[in-house]
Amino acid sequence: MTDGVTTSEMMTVAAARMLRNGAVCFVGIGLPSTAANLARLTHAPDAVLIYESGPIGAKPSVLPLSIGDGELAETADTVVSTPEIFRYWLQGGRIDVGFLGAAQIDRFANLNTTTIGPYNSPRVRLPGAGGAPEIAALAKEVLIILNHDRRAFVDKLDFVTTAGFLDGHDGRARAGLPGKGPAAVITDLGILRPDPESKELVVTDLHPGVRPDQVRERTGWDVRFANDLRTTEPPRAHELEVLRELLRRTAEAHGMTA
Amino acid sequence: MATICTISEAIRDLLHDGDVVAMEGFTHLIPHAAAHEVMRQGRRDLTLVRMTPDLIYDQLIGMGCARKLVFSWGGNPGVGSLHRFRDAIERCWPRPLALEERSHADLANAYVAGASGLPFAVLRGYAGSDMPEHTGSIKFISCPFTGERLAAVPAIRPDVTVIHAQKADRRGNVLLWGIIGVQKEAVLAARRAVVTVEEIVDDLESPPNACVLPHWTVTAVCPVPFGAHPSYAHGYYDRDNRFYTAWDSISRDRETFTAWMQRHVLETRDNVEYRRILSEDGFGGGVP
Repeated sequence: MTDGVTTSEMMTVAAARMLRNGAVCFVGIGLPSTAANLARLTHAPDAVLIYESGPIGAKPSVLPLSIGDGELAETADTVVSTPEIFRYWLQGGRIDVGFLGAAQIDRFANLNTTTIGPYNSPRVRLPGAGGAPEIAALAKEVLIILNHDRRAFVDKLDFVTTAGFLDGHDGRARAGLPGKGPAAVITDLGILRPDPESKELVVTDLHPGVRPDQVRERTGWDVRFANDLRTTEPPRAHELEVLRELLRRTAEAHGMTA
Repeated sequence: MATICTISEAIRDLLHDGDVVAMEGFTHLIPHAAAHEVMRQGRRDLTLVRMTPDLIYDQLIGMGCARKLVFSWGGNPGVGSLHRFRDAIERCWPRPLALEERSHADLANAYVAGASGLPFAVLRGYAGSDMPEHTGSIKFISCPFTGERLAAVPAIRPDVTVIHAQKADRRGNVLLWGIIGVQKEAVLAARRAVVTVEEIVDDLESPPNACVLPHWTVTAVCPVPFGAHPSYAHGYYDRDNRFYTAWDSISRDRETFTAWMQRHVLETRDNVEYRRILSEDGFGGGVP
C-alpha cells in the first residue's frame, strides 16, 4: 500500500464507504464494528448502529471490545432486551444492512463460523453462529469484511453456518431467505460483488498496488474478475485521520498499546 | 417470596447435580461469583444453557461440571478462542461434552417461549444453514395461515436460572439496567431463580418501566459485591479487559488452568477471598 497506509486501514476505509448515511445497520463485533463506526464518524453521521446485545443507535467514542460494552449502552438512543432486538428489530424487517465478519467464505458468500473439519470431530472448533444466520437472512442486504487468504477463502466450506447465495442463482429465494443477501465482500486486497445472474463472487475492485495474481494466490477457487476492474480510491487524509484517532482512543481507553 | 441468603447457601439448596442450569448476562452482569460457588461445591452432570458461553462456562466446562452445553456463540469476546470449551469438544477433556447448538435468535425466542409457558418458539430462522442437520431440536413447520416455512425450536425451561443484578431491596425485588440481555426471560422461564446483587438497599428507586423482577419470581437473592467480575456492572464497575486477555494464557493448557482454578476458586472460601487472591495477581478483582 502507498504512503504508509496499511492494508488493514485500506480494508476498513473501503468497508466504511459502503455504509450509506441514514442506513440502519446491525453491526457484528470486530472489523464490522470498526468500519461501521468509521462510517458514522465520517460520511454517515446519521447511520443507526444496532448491536445484538440491545443498544439501538449506539454512538461509541471508543470501539467496544465485546458486543455488550457499557459504552454502547451509554451512547445509544435506547437499550432493549436481546429477544426484542431479534424479534422486533431484525425479524420485524427494520434492518437495512447486516455487517458481518466470518472465519471462512465460499464463492457464493456462504459463511462458516462453526467447525473446521467434520462437525462431530472438528479439527478446530470455532465460536458458532451467534446472530449471523438470521442477520444474513433478514437484513435487506449484507456486507462482509474479512482478511483475504486461503484459509478463509475456500472452495468448499466444512459447514454452512450462514447462508449467502447457497448454490447460486435463485438459491436464496428457493430457501425462503427474505433479504437480498451479500452486496459486497470487502477484504485487504479488494472488493468482491455477486454476479447479477449466477451470484458467484467476482472481484470488482482492487486496492491500490494489488495485482490480480495476488488475489488468485490467496483465493481457494478459480476466482473471476470483472471486465471493468476498478482500483479503490486510496484513503483520504480525513478518513485516515479519523480512523487512526478512533483506534488510538480505543487503545488508550482499554489500556492497550495501539 | 425470595429468601435473602449467602450464595453458598443458595447453591447448596437450589442447584443440584444433573440440573439444567442457565447463567445469563450478555457480556454485562455475568454471574461469575455464583459459578465459582458451583465449582467449589463440586456440582456434576449439569446441562449448561447460555447464549454466549464465555469465560464463565469455559471454567465450568474445564472443571468437569458439565455434561451438555446448549449455546449459540462460544468465544472469549474481543480476545479469541475459549480453550477449555475447545479442548472439551476437540479432545473430550476432562470429559465428553454433548452439544445442542442453536443461534442467538433461536435461544432468545426459546427463552421467551419458556417464560410464556409455551412448549416451543417460532421464528424466521435457519433457512439455508447446516445447523438443523446437526441439532435435532431444530424443526420446521408451516404457518397455518400463510403456509410460510418457519423454524420451530423447543422452549428453554431451566431447573435453575442464575443471574447477577445491580440491586435488590430487603424483600428481594430485583432491579437491573443497562444491557439486560435475556435475564428477565431466563428467570421467568426457570423453576428456581438465584440472583446475586451488588447491594441490597431500602428502596430500589426504580422508574415505572424499569426492568424489575418482583420478589415472588425469584427464589434466592444473595448480596455479592463485585460478583460479575471480570464482566461489569453498569453504574458500579467496568469490564476488566486485562483479565479477559490474561484468561487466554491461563486457560491455554490444562495444567495451568487446573492450578489457577485450584488456587483461586477451590481453595478460597468465598468471593471476598477470591478477590483478595486476584488482587495479589495484579488484577482489579473489584477490590475497593
